[in-house]
Amino acid sequence: MILLLVILGSALLGIVILALIKQPGVAGWVNLLLSGLQLAAAAALAYDVLQHGGFHGYSFNIDAFNIYLVVLTTFVGMTTSIFSRPYMMQVLQERRVTSRRLRLYHSMFQGFQFTMLLALTTDNLGVLWVAVEGATLATVLLVSLYRTPESVEAAWKYFILCGVGIALALFGTVLVYFTTQHLVSNPDEGLTWSVLLQHTAEMNPTVMSLAFVFLLVGYGTKVGLVPMHFWLPDAHSEGPTPVSAVLSGLLLNVALYALVRFKMLVDGALEESLHPDLAGWLMMGFGLLSFSVAALSLHRQRDIKRMFSYSSIEHMGLMTFAFGIGGSLATFAALLHMLVHSLTKSAIFVTVGHASHIAGTQAIEHIRGLIRTQPSVGWGLLLGVAAISGFPPFGIFTSEFLVLSATMDSWPWLTGILLGGLVIAFAGLFRHLHPMVYGAVPEHQSTVPANMMPVTLHLLLVLWLGLAIPAFLSGWLNEATLLISGEGLL
Amino acid sequence: MTDLSQLTLLQQMIFVLAALVLLSSFILLSQSRLTASIHSFAVQGALIALITGFVAAVNETWHLYISALLTLSLKTLLIPWMLHRQVRQLNMERQIDNILHPALLMLGGIVLVIFSYWAALPIERLDVAETRNIVAISLSVVLLGLWMMIVRRQVVAQVLGFMSMENGLFLAAIASTRGMPLVVELGVAFDVLVAAVLFGVFFFHISESIESLDVDRLNLLSENKQETREPTP
Repeated sequence: MILLLVILGSALLGIVILALIKQPGVAGWVNLLLSGLQLAAAAALAYDVLQHGGFHGYSFNIDAFNIYLVVLTTFVGMTTSIFSRPYMMQVLQERRVTSRRLRLYHSMFQGFQFTMLLALTTDNLGVLWVAVEGATLATVLLVSLYRTPESVEAAWKYFILCGVGIALALFGTVLVYFTTQHLVSNPDEGLTWSVLLQHTAEMNPTVMSLAFVFLLVGYGTKVGLVPMHFWLPDAHSEGPTPVSAVLSGLLLNVALYALVRFKMLVDGALEESLHPDLAGWLMMGFGLLSFSVAALSLHRQRDIKRMFSYSSIEHMGLMTFAFGIGGSLATFAALLHMLVHSLTKSAIFVTVGHASHIAGTQAIEHIRGLIRTQPSVGWGLLLGVAAISGFPPFGIFTSEFLVLSATMDSWPWLTGILLGGLVIAFAGLFRHLHPMVYGAVPEHQSTVPANMMPVTLHLLLVLWLGLAIPAFLSGWLNEATLLISGEGLL
Repeated sequence: MTDLSQLTLLQQMIFVLAALVLLSSFILLSQSRLTASIHSFAVQGALIALITGFVAAVNETWHLYISALLTLSLKTLLIPWMLHRQVRQLNMERQIDNILHPALLMLGGIVLVIFSYWAALPIERLDVAETRNIVAISLSVVLLGLWMMIVRRQVVAQVLGFMSMENGLFLAAIASTRGMPLVVELGVAFDVLVAAVLFGVFFFHISESIESLDVDRLNLLSENKQETREPTP
């Protein structure tokens, strides 16, 4: 409990402190320090959960499902702030941002971490909503940090679309509360997830399925599910690179996490009804649609960051699909995929930041010959894309393989669509990647100072997860699978 | 549907006020002058605060009085005042937002209300007598807000649509569930307040970058217009 308070408190304190520190150099270090503190506390908390199991109380709930996401969030937050400190200083020197805006950036970076971690650890579905909406509010000014007309437009779209989406999710939450408040003795506990989980059988199935439709559309907007995805490529491509990395790596995960928590309740409520798998079917449908549309869209991208944000939509679609299938194998695969996708995608965005800095543009057709100009960036991009498109021995291969096996078990005729989509996505990424990495070097292209440490670390972890998942981690994922699907895999 | 004559006077009041909220949503939808739109939004907020007060009186739940005060101060006074001030600073008090096809707009709104009643039909009456109607009305207000955001081309009108969606959600929470837990309501109110401040910031950014507040001109980003772009690392 104390560790949890340290994690949340340090982020909350960070918002205030970083807003007050006037020297941008110092702020970068303080940001790094706070992120490091959060990671250390999260690791200690995870160790504690590993030893003694999860707990819930004081409106917080820690179990196997969210503890690994907490560690992941703090870890990516830490590596991103390692990358962002010199990167943002450079942006400052190029006079793209004023030092006041850099203060806003650092403060809101911690604000974003705080809302993410609050959303993951809270036991109250209403607070979960408040935190996810808070994450939008914290990042919306970061997307428009450079104040170019494009970035203002992207931020406005992000704000409006996510705001509307998340408002619909609140309507779903209200409906859930409407049917649950009679079931628990203390009406204040009508939104407490761990209490509700014991009462799912008594919930009104009609109201719960109506609520789930709203929740799916609402949180689905934040996950980036087609057709509510239009904000995502804009926000990811116009924001500063560290923001793209955390948006893609963390925010999408947290929205999906919220959706899965609700699915567990709805599944319980619909068990006796005519369509017990309604929630799963809806998620499968939306997931498959997003997966296919994004895979096709990869081919027509001209902006490197937009391309990778479509790749994020594709992978989020795959995860939503896998959670929708349900069952232990698919759930395990989806949980693993969440982990490896976050690590790989944030590494890719960091590399893309360096690559577009070398080329001086984000247009794919002008980024050429990276491997000759700066081998570390070129190789980083090549390996990152190889990992994200599911090459063995990287971890994404493992999780995608598991998703395919699960599909073959329960919905064999969908395997073809999945395989086709994976091949199309692979082709879409590599047709753009090849000239960027190998093509002829344009004149006057020179190296930039690049810190590839976070990228290397992430890719090594993904490689490790592809070769051998450590016992404690597979134990966790198995426990989370048990919690979500009712049966363990291992 | 419920037999209205069996309700107490206070419950009937709640009903009438909810109907007025729906009416105010339609007024918002069709109002082309900005200042008048802001005023109708303030009226809607006041109606919702009143409903909250009545629900609190019917059910004798003290924390709803806090919600009522919060709504009154936020939705009726603070946010309309902020919007008003910004509209004045941007010299747009007299601006009229052209509404294309007002008849179609209204018909679309009516269809949405019918849809909401249809969607709320399967909700069985639990112990709150007026639940189904209130859920239908609040869903209508939410969808009408969404509809307003889709059809209106002006940033301020879009924000009003967004905020009236929030009103609909609040109405749903108050009238069908006697209010969410206090911590959630405070959190939601905080989010709405921050959102309102951010909207104000964006009015200036947008008017700086495209020299107007017409969202049709926010069209720089699309798949095909990315060739000649400044780098954004």
